[in-house]
Amino acid sequence: MSFCLVKRWCEAPLLRRVLQLKMCVRKIQNNNMTFTLLRHRWMKRLPVFSSSVKAISTQTDKGTIDLSKFPVDRIRNFCIIAHIDHGKSTLADRLLEMTGAIAKTEKNKQVLDKLQVERERGITVKAQTASLFYSHQGQQHLLNLIDTPGHVDFSYEVSRSISACQGVLLIVDANQGVQAQTVANFYLAFEAQLAIIPVINKIDLKNADPERVESQIEKVFDIPGEECIRISAKLGTNVEKVLQAIVDRIPPPVASIDDPFKALVFDSNFDHYRGVVANIAVFGGRVRKGDRIVSAHLGKTYEVNELGLLRPDEHPTQKLFAGQVGYLIAGMKDVKEAQIGDTLYLQEQPVEALPGFKPAKAMVFAGMYPMDQSEYPGLRSAVERLTLNDSSVTVQRDSSLALGAGFRLGFLGLLHMEVFNQRLEQEYNASVIVTAPTVPYKAILSSAKLIKEHGSEEITIVNPAQFPDRSVVSEYLEPMVLGTILTPDSFTGKIMTLCLNRRAVQKNMVYIDSQRVMMKYLFPLNEIVVDFYDVLKSLSSGYASFDYENAGYQAADLIKMDFLLNGRPVEELTTIVHRDRAYSTGKAMCERLKDSIPRQMFEIAVQAAIGSKIIARETIKAYRKNVLAKCYGGDITRKMKLLKKQAEGKKKMRLIGSVEVPKDAFINVLKRKDK
Amino acid sequence: MIKHTLRAVGRALSVGLRCSSDISGGELIDEWTNSSHLTQQASLYVHWPYCLRRCSYCNFNKYISRENNDHMMTECLQRETETLLQLSQVSCITSVFFGGGTPSLAHPSTIAAVLESVSRQANLSDKAEVTLEVNPTPAGKSKLEDFSRAGVNRFSIGVQSLQDEDLNILGRDHSSHQALKTIEEARNVCPGRVSVDVMFGRPKQSVESWEKELSELLRVCDDHVSLYQLTLERGTQLFRQVQGGEVTVPAEDVTAEMYQCARRTLHQHGFLQYEVSNFARHNAVSHHNMSYWKGRQYIGVGPGAHGRFAPLGEGGVLREARTQTLEPDVWIREVRQRGHGTRRRIQLGHLELLEEVLVMGMRMTEGIDHKHWELFSPQLSLSEVFGTSTDVQEWLQSGRLVLDDRGLRCSWDGLALLDSMLPALLVELERQIRQRLPRDPHSDGQTKKTSNP
Repeated sequence: MSFCLVKRWCEAPLLRRVLQLKMCVRKIQNNNMTFTLLRHRWMKRLPVFSSSVKAISTQTDKGTIDLSKFPVDRIRNFCIIAHIDHGKSTLADRLLEMTGAIAKTEKNKQVLDKLQVERERGITVKAQTASLFYSHQGQQHLLNLIDTPGHVDFSYEVSRSISACQGVLLIVDANQGVQAQTVANFYLAFEAQLAIIPVINKIDLKNADPERVESQIEKVFDIPGEECIRISAKLGTNVEKVLQAIVDRIPPPVASIDDPFKALVFDSNFDHYRGVVANIAVFGGRVRKGDRIVSAHLGKTYEVNELGLLRPDEHPTQKLFAGQVGYLIAGMKDVKEAQIGDTLYLQEQPVEALPGFKPAKAMVFAGMYPMDQSEYPGLRSAVERLTLNDSSVTVQRDSSLALGAGFRLGFLGLLHMEVFNQRLEQEYNASVIVTAPTVPYKAILSSAKLIKEHGSEEITIVNPAQFPDRSVVSEYLEPMVLGTILTPDSFTGKIMTLCLNRRAVQKNMVYIDSQRVMMKYLFPLNEIVVDFYDVLKSLSSGYASFDYENAGYQAADLIKMDFLLNGRPVEELTTIVHRDRAYSTGKAMCERLKDSIPRQMFEIAVQAAIGSKIIARETIKAYRKNVLAKCYGGDITRKMKLLKKQAEGKKKMRLIGSVEVPKDAFINVLKRKDK
Repeated sequence: MIKHTLRAVGRALSVGLRCSSDISGGELIDEWTNSSHLTQQASLYVHWPYCLRRCSYCNFNKYISRENNDHMMTECLQRETETLLQLSQVSCITSVFFGGGTPSLAHPSTIAAVLESVSRQANLSDKAEVTLEVNPTPAGKSKLEDFSRAGVNRFSIGVQSLQDEDLNILGRDHSSHQALKTIEEARNVCPGRVSVDVMFGRPKQSVESWEKELSELLRVCDDHVSLYQLTLERGTQLFRQVQGGEVTVPAEDVTAEMYQCARRTLHQHGFLQYEVSNFARHNAVSHHNMSYWKGRQYIGVGPGAHGRFAPLGEGGVLREARTQTLEPDVWIREVRQRGHGTRRRIQLGHLELLEEVLVMGMRMTEGIDHKHWELFSPQLSLSEVFGTSTDVQEWLQSGRLVLDDRGLRCSWDGLALLDSMLPALLVELERQIRQRLPRDPHSDGQTKKTSNP
């Protein structure tokens, strides 16, 4: 039997053959061998083995797949990166269909986008993976499509997905051309030194201009136009060429089955019954059911209960080998135990962790509160369930005098926050008040006492209440991002003005073709978290695209601004703001407060203050007359109803001095503006 | 004439012990101290649902009638009056008010017929106030004499404005000249018992034009004036016009100034304000309306009419808030089928009754006196309920409320801001009642929806 194996893999290098033999010995020890090898022989006898993709995949669907027959050099790990709506998921659908992973039907639309929000928004949030069997020049290959989130909010997840790949399909819409996200994603792939296959999609569209897009790709990415593959993923045109290019142009993974087992966790999900399902890329050795493995980040040990391929549904196998990609379940109870970027290894063979692991770092914070305090337990369990699936959300319990008990959640970025909020509403039916997003500031402490107290010189400030006074701080820092804007050149003037108003510094500006401009700006993150994208879209009639990546921290002149009602500070409205923006922010918030607080029997001064200095003021005039004109027999019922409602509302008012502030007022001031 | 005589006989026959004929309207009850007397009398409101046209500001329950069904309406108003009087077991009707709609569109015989029905069931003193709302059109004016003969002894005339342009915007079907003529005629028919309704805060109105209009009105009016600030009601044409920016109404500061200015002017002319919107000289207050504000029982008859009474006739002891079916045709069918068109009944618990007494009572300049309050709240005095509230203390100090040995009331300034104070007063009332009378079995109202076959 071992002989068969050796013969089967005779073209493989000697080393690998030896390895296969070793493996068989192992299998025997595990009483697995008979089955595995029988299966192997059966497959070998199949006449269609290397000629028809369809037939193979149909067969393999019926039983267990022997992954050992895919040596590293027949494996290709790749992902698809694209700007929103450029057709990533449609191409993925076609690839899945053509390799028989899914049946070819009309219904295959965004098969890998499982979440409602993904399908609605045409974005991918959770990376999905699918192993495809593809025959090329008489050889069957295992192509692992590692689907990545399409947005740089998830750039860390993208980077981890990319690090499990050797190549990418860079998709560009033949009509829209290169967009901001195309650029951002390209650089992630480029920096990871992946093989890049440019694919120009939607050539079937009437306005498709693939020549122009090719020249953009040449200009921006320095990739020769001839390397571009023009396809229509929708119609399936030239998709076969893409599959061929994956085999021809993407190198196989550099992974040796001889090495100790070492795998990268590039995604994880939570399954209610089985616990954490980790998606892994095996970088060395092999892993099988029953192995005892360790996660490098937490150092915890687990026993492998189940593993297999994702096609894209889970397809259990006995083992996973070097170079392969699949899923693994090992009794982990929390996604935090299988964090993206973590390394797994065998307990008896510790290895050095793979480079590049960073625990998720929240860049945008927002408060989430239930509409009604009685809904708090519901919101809590919804947040808990959602974060089970998304280890990148940080959760802190928070409570506000105005909004009650809730959470302060940290997100990777704006889209991440929106998606989370939408999932909360759609999948868990929780209606929440979301406060305006804030960013994590830092302060370098100068007071020795405080440094001792905090244990470090540098502290991160998430809540304005913790903002240390100027006198004990040598420097405040704010998070920066490098933004990429692509736009038709007719809008550059307006966009430059917008960026300037947002304290952005231009880093670069290039024409990527005769009409389109690419601009790079260094922005304070705070300036783009609320409405920048919407403003950009509206002033460019929707043509400009924007993307950003984190660019560290910079010193900034930050101040704490208080809001006062008749001289009394309103704690929940305290805001950290850049000095240059203090007046405009203060004025805008005073105006919103003025509009949200009902007139009362006395005049109310609404003020924004920095320290003891008032920088903006609005006045809510006192009521001069507030009494119903007619109140006779037929009016009492209605009048009583109204008054009782007001009386009930009064009980829920927050009292600032003698000013009654309805909860709605805080919501109006704190929540993000409706679009 | 014959009818009128008959009615007078009817009334005389049914004169009872409690309602001797020399007592005018609502004065009597103030001398009573036993709250059980509250259920022995009531005022009566009769709703005439039809109008000739729709006023642009009005969201009342009114219908533009397609055909003449006066006969059927008369029959049903009578029938429902009889049913509800019987149900309430009141021995005395202290006042009657015909409102609408446009009740002056009704035939005077309808008014006479309803009054006869009342007299058959309960005492209706000759001197009891019987008011009819009148649209100051030539048709309305011509019928005043007949209405008077039918038993009406007070007219409330919907003048609204003395500017023809404004009357047009408001969608009224009369001119200022017609209004003046109608007032004149009404004063001839019922001297000293004519009220005029006027509106301020109308589109394009200024304080100056309002002052001018008011002095013109004072030259022609009788002894009673009701001033209403125009309220924009959802669903009205005017509301949509203002929302859509076609029409602008004066800002809040301006209407507040109009109100204060009118209060001063009327005061100078000997009119005493006795309620938020009502002014009278020579003691010509509306007894019917006073009885609403004093928390007394009233029976509502006609489509959409509201009532507040205890249905003693079926063994009920608690006062109920009752609403009649809104739509006239449906109401007619129901009255014919089961004698009344009561659509909704809500029992008022102790707290709810006190809430209404408070909200209505505070609208009067005299406020709520201790005796009046005690009638409804024998266990907890006004001072016990409101004396400890910090809000009340603040308003007493700032001179918006007065709480003294007479009772609780708004000051001159406070009355204009009453609705800003009522929520806090209601919160305090509820708190005190729940704290001090914790086991009140009737503290929560119950809704009974009358089944509608």
